[in-house]
Amino acid sequence: MTVPALRHERTFVERLYLPEIVKGLYITLRHALKNLFEQDLPTIEYPDVRKPMPERYKGAHRLTTRPDGKVKCVACMCCAQVCPAKCITIQAGEDPNDPIEKYPVEFQIDMLRCIYCGYCVEACPKDAIRMDTGIYEINAFTRQDMVHNKAYMTDLMDGHKPLAETFYRQQAGSAPKGYDTDEQRVLPVDGSRGL
Amino acid sequence: MDIPWVELIVALLKCVFSLAFVMQVVPILIWAERKVSAYIQDRTGPNRAHIGGIRAAGLVHTLVDVVKLIVKEDIIPSHVEKRYWFAAPVVAMSVALTTFTVVPWGDALTLPASVTALWGGEGPLSVPLQVAQINGGMLFILAIGSLGVYGVMLAGWASNNKFSLLGGLRASAQMVSYELAMGLAVVTMFMLYGTARLDEIAAQQAGPIWNWGVFGVLDNPGLDPLVLVGWIVGGLAFLLFWTSVFAETNRMPFDLPEGEAELVAGYHIEYSSLRFALFFMAEYAHMVVGSAVTATLFFGGYNIPFLDGQAIRENTDIILAVLGFGGVPASIVFAVIAWRRRNRPFYKALPADDIRHREPRFWLAVWSLSALAALGLGVVGLSGLVGGTALGPELVAFALQTGSLFLKVLFGTFFMIWIRWTIPRFRYDQLMDLGWRTMLPVAIGTVMLAGVWVIVREAVQAA
Ligand code: SF4
Ligand code: SF4
Repeated sequence: MTVPALRHERTFVERLYLPEIVKGLYITLRHALKNLFEQDLPTIEYPDVRKPMPERYKGAHRLTTRPDGKVKCVACMCCAQVCPAKCITIQAGEDPNDPIEKYPVEFQIDMLRCIYCGYCVEACPKDAIRMDTGIYEINAFTRQDMVHNKAYMTDLMDGHKPLAETFYRQQAGSAPKGYDTDEQRVLPVDGSRGL
Repeated sequence: MDIPWVELIVALLKCVFSLAFVMQVVPILIWAERKVSAYIQDRTGPNRAHIGGIRAAGLVHTLVDVVKLIVKEDIIPSHVEKRYWFAAPVVAMSVALTTFTVVPWGDALTLPASVTALWGGEGPLSVPLQVAQINGGMLFILAIGSLGVYGVMLAGWASNNKFSLLGGLRASAQMVSYELAMGLAVVTMFMLYGTARLDEIAAQQAGPIWNWGVFGVLDNPGLDPLVLVGWIVGGLAFLLFWTSVFAETNRMPFDLPEGEAELVAGYHIEYSSLRFALFFMAEYAHMVVGSAVTATLFFGGYNIPFLDGQAIRENTDIILAVLGFGGVPASIVFAVIAWRRRNRPFYKALPADDIRHREPRFWLAVWSLSALAALGLGVVGLSGLVGGTALGPELVAFALQTGSLFLKVLFGTFFMIWIRWTIPRFRYDQLMDLGWRTMLPVAIGTVMLAGVWVIVREAVQAA
């Protein structure tokens, strides 16, 4: 079926151009003056002003903890199995004091490969991994800093911890195995978010 | 040989002043272009660069831009026609600046004998506030102004690149089409003024607002319905001239030479660093000069409506007092606005030690100082110290008239920016159509009507 294009014959006044131009000028001036005097623009001045993220926003992952501070994760590998990006690496271990369950000796997510699908959260039988941190600034100058490990993700919440690269260098022993602290960086580590 | 040093120095000073007049507007315009376009499109526009925490609503960005353009690498492509390629931005810029030399920015400034005595002069010296007093001033503008297209054409051709060449071609075709209408609009104004000297044209528009060119240059309108003819003639000539100015400056509805969509950047693709900056500034300089010429031809030039140079000189003290005491409340309003801005969510979200918290305090201080200065001006006016001197009224008249021209130029350029962000670009055939089939006949008709008006005007004025 062909739909005829909606064209209307231009009236004489429209063909004069000038009245239409004046109309256009009125619209743009109205916007300009309104914004000049009200200063009520929809823009959020991002690094200074932040938009509160919705509750269900999928941000960086965190590992939830039990009341005694240990992670809830039992190293069942469900998340690693379901992960479509294959970015979760778990090294399971046994706690001699608590031989009933396994626990993750190390738990790493390569955030460069993660596609933020949230399957890991859905797959977890223990509610041990969540993406409710509201953190969306996941960035670093080196690849190794884009790997979040157990120490970093444990109870990670927005505003609680610095970026992973800063965290690994400030907290001795927190970095993943084989982490090269001497790798060349572009900016010095001072805890700021590089802004 | 006896070298006229005084005249040389005066001429030099006038050159420097006119250069400064144009060049100081350019950064303001670049800023205004960004800010106005942003507000028209509901954006914030530039607001991050700052000096010591003072962002000045994005004005600092213009400075940063200059630094950026200076330190960028100046790339000279191997395939360009070097001689012309180097000349093109210089031509574009110098043409724009040259045109301004014939625009008067005030009545003649009379230096009293007490001042000329400083260098052994005899008697008062009258300095015309115009760099070049040419009898055919308007023709000079037409001649030099159309040279502006050479910058674009040279750049387009010398860049040895298809996009640039197309840009240059479009510019020249456009120039040819619109130069005609512009020339005829100017002819109309010649007929109304009876002179081509811009200083005389400006002087004829002194006094009440209906002396302005857009109203058909009429001394005393009365209530005669024939006055309408003058308004139509002046208004049409203004519309034609103003549209042609847009075409000559390659501004928005007519910026086909650099149509991004089809020509990337048109004639200045191959330019980088300061050479690009020259083109960029030349566009704004053209806008300034175009607005200045339009103001001179149609809107009274440097004249303040209802207040001619003589009136300013006679009532200097009253004017100073009014300006001063009027400025005080205005400054206070601005100070209050500046101070209240500290409650904006933006400042609330900043960490307490952020350097930008200084801003509201800084502007409060600036506007308070301005209020004090205005108060001082008012007191000086009341005291009547300035009006009595020989030099004072002259300087006040100079400042006010130049300021008036400056304001008119600012409004004209603002209008250009406003148009740019309102109207989409013409298609090439529409452009030619408008130029040849609409503007040219209208222009010829206007000239004829002007002839009628010149005769009728005498009758109206005699009545
Ligand atoms: S969000 Fe998806 S891709 Fe990322 S770790 Fe979880 S399962 Fe893997
Ligand atoms: S699915 Fe849950 S419990 Fe299982 S390994 Fe992943 S995080 Fe741990």
